[in-house]
Amino acid sequence: MKDHAQLSEVFNKDEQRVDWHDETLWFVRQKRDKASHQIPDWEELREAASQIKHNVLSNLSNYLEQFEQQAINNGIRVHWAADAKEHNHIVHSILKRHGISQMVKSKSMLTEECHLNHYLEEQGINVVDSDLGELIVQLAKEPPSHIVLPCIHKKKEEIGDIFHEFLGSAKGEADPQVLTETARIHLRNTFLSRRAALTGVNFAVAETGEFVVCTNEGNADMGAHLSDVHIASMGIEKLIPKRKDLGVFLRLLTRSATGQPITTYSSHFKRPRPGQEMHIVLVDNGRSIQLGREDFRNSLKCIRCGACMNTCPVYRRSGGHSYHTAVAGPIGSILAPNLDMKQYADLPFASTLCGSCSNVCPVKIDIHEQLYKWRQVIIKEGYGDKKKAAAMQAMAYTLSSPKIYRIAGKAGRWVMKHTPFAVGNPLNPWYKQRDMPDAPKESFGEWYRKNRE
Amino acid sequence: MRVGLFIPCYVDQFYPNAAIATLELLEKLGVTVGYPAQQTCCGQPMANSGYEHLTGGCNDLFVDNFAEFDYVVSPSGSCALHIKEHLHSHNNEEAATGIRKKIYELTEFLTDVLKVEKLDAKFPHRVGLHQSCHGQRGLKLAQMTELTASPFSKPGSLLGMVEGVELVPLNRADECCGFGGTFCVAEEAVSAKMGKDRVADHIQNGAEYITAADLSCLMHMEGILKRQKSGVKVIHIAEILNGVKETVA
Repeated sequence: MKDHAQLSEVFNKDEQRVDWHDETLWFVRQKRDKASHQIPDWEELREAASQIKHNVLSNLSNYLEQFEQQAINNGIRVHWAADAKEHNHIVHSILKRHGISQMVKSKSMLTEECHLNHYLEEQGINVVDSDLGELIVQLAKEPPSHIVLPCIHKKKEEIGDIFHEFLGSAKGEADPQVLTETARIHLRNTFLSRRAALTGVNFAVAETGEFVVCTNEGNADMGAHLSDVHIASMGIEKLIPKRKDLGVFLRLLTRSATGQPITTYSSHFKRPRPGQEMHIVLVDNGRSIQLGREDFRNSLKCIRCGACMNTCPVYRRSGGHSYHTAVAGPIGSILAPNLDMKQYADLPFASTLCGSCSNVCPVKIDIHEQLYKWRQVIIKEGYGDKKKAAAMQAMAYTLSSPKIYRIAGKAGRWVMKHTPFAVGNPLNPWYKQRDMPDAPKESFGEWYRKNRE
Repeated sequence: MRVGLFIPCYVDQFYPNAAIATLELLEKLGVTVGYPAQQTCCGQPMANSGYEHLTGGCNDLFVDNFAEFDYVVSPSGSCALHIKEHLHSHNNEEAATGIRKKIYELTEFLTDVLKVEKLDAKFPHRVGLHQSCHGQRGLKLAQMTELTASPFSKPGSLLGMVEGVELVPLNRADECCGFGGTFCVAEEAVSAKMGKDRVADHIQNGAEYITAADLSCLMHMEGILKRQKSGVKVIHIAEILNGVKETVA
């Protein structure tokens, strides 16, 4: 399987497209800046959110039990899933019990993480993603490339082609308004004919047993309100203690995500309407393991705004698919190794550790520091490149000895030979697009001995 | 006040002029500077690649070399940050802790410790200031565009004291250049693209020189500029602050 570097290389074959992708996401980052800079207390708000989530993670089992009890009291059926497989089974069993073979889904990254669509299709259940971006990637048979903007990697002309093929829009039609209308008509019919709807959960309130879903298209409401069965899938870290905490998180979420003050719809679900069944599936899938990793625990504070992706200079120039995991970008790179260290060993290295991600994070996850720490864990656990290990040993040996360092330096600028950007090797990646500095006639150390000692 | 001058390995080998400028500038400002001859590297190349456990030798050497000084100053924000965050020693943890607290990148040493308010230097050029990530976001040498907070720039304020410097505005004030240590070869495609984009921003805005408080970024951008046969040059900030000779161009 190709790793992040190889997939990025493919992505970078079309430089104009990289420029377009970079600028599109940079525009979103700028909108986020504009929105956040208008809130004088923005940094305090981030700190408050971070502390609330700290409390949640410190008392997670208590909050989960409280939430479960309140939800049950409200008439919601609560399920616990240890992993993706169990989650998928639970969803399927609910549908099976009702004899339902078609389901409408509002955007849920957790079901992407669990590969629910694929599983349900194998069981003969048809799933329609109702979020416009999700629908586009679903029709294109691709995973989302971004957690908030799932089809941000597609140009409108390409979306026009997909809609022409699957939804019958006119050939060559690329007007966003016309295409959106096409999707709308298609989805309207879907909403009306589906008896089951699955939504994600942005926030689950322990105090009240209710959950909040944030969308711009109202598709979660449309699906949930027209269905006989509403299933809400949530990771166990989505809890907040009290309803009033929403005042912190709703202000942060969308400003961080898209630069809007708030999503068009912040839908609160507390109890099923008469005649409806409402289910919540609480999913662990590695989260309690991550909770046990002290250095990486804070990654569970994530509210999935995607700000770290929009600001990441690497993400913008490599595209979400290069991360080969459901949640791409910096946050995905610190979450994925927890699930499978071998498969995702490349991701913590797909960063320059510039630190911009940690600065935009609305819950102040120390993302770039965790990337650094994951690198140490991955190497220690033996998932690093063996050739690199030998080079690193040689480098450490030389740099530990001033004498060897000096001799090596004199014998042809040791650093030139042994640093990653080595000289004299046409296959060296540094040389593909960059030149080396001119070698000076003497090092600073040599100059100093002549001029100062 | 005795200052230990830490010249990182690649500066020692590739950019002695920046090191000489740093030394001369500190001496001009009345500082007694010592340069321990046995120094090599901060250990970051290994640590950032996941091999922090191999940096013990480098760390002990660093402690032996610099424990005696009141301050340690380096013309590299990235290396200074690495020492500040990761220097430990089995032999002498107390000395290592002391060094973590007394290491400074050059420009912050000038503004925060020496409290420099004027400089005798002239550099009549249009200059693009590259905010190196580790210096900026790690050492907080300048305000970060992500935050809702008052702007400031330590390297910027020092360049403002140099006669004739015209700082050019950039479209992206603090985007990474893509060097990233071993990232520059392990992720060649993205790294080089980031470098090209960063350089283009400076060129579009009319910079004749790109300066920074970190030579690793400058080396990366110089690599791109040379390949493009561009007339734009890179220069370490110490050389500008020290009053670089007019013949450089």
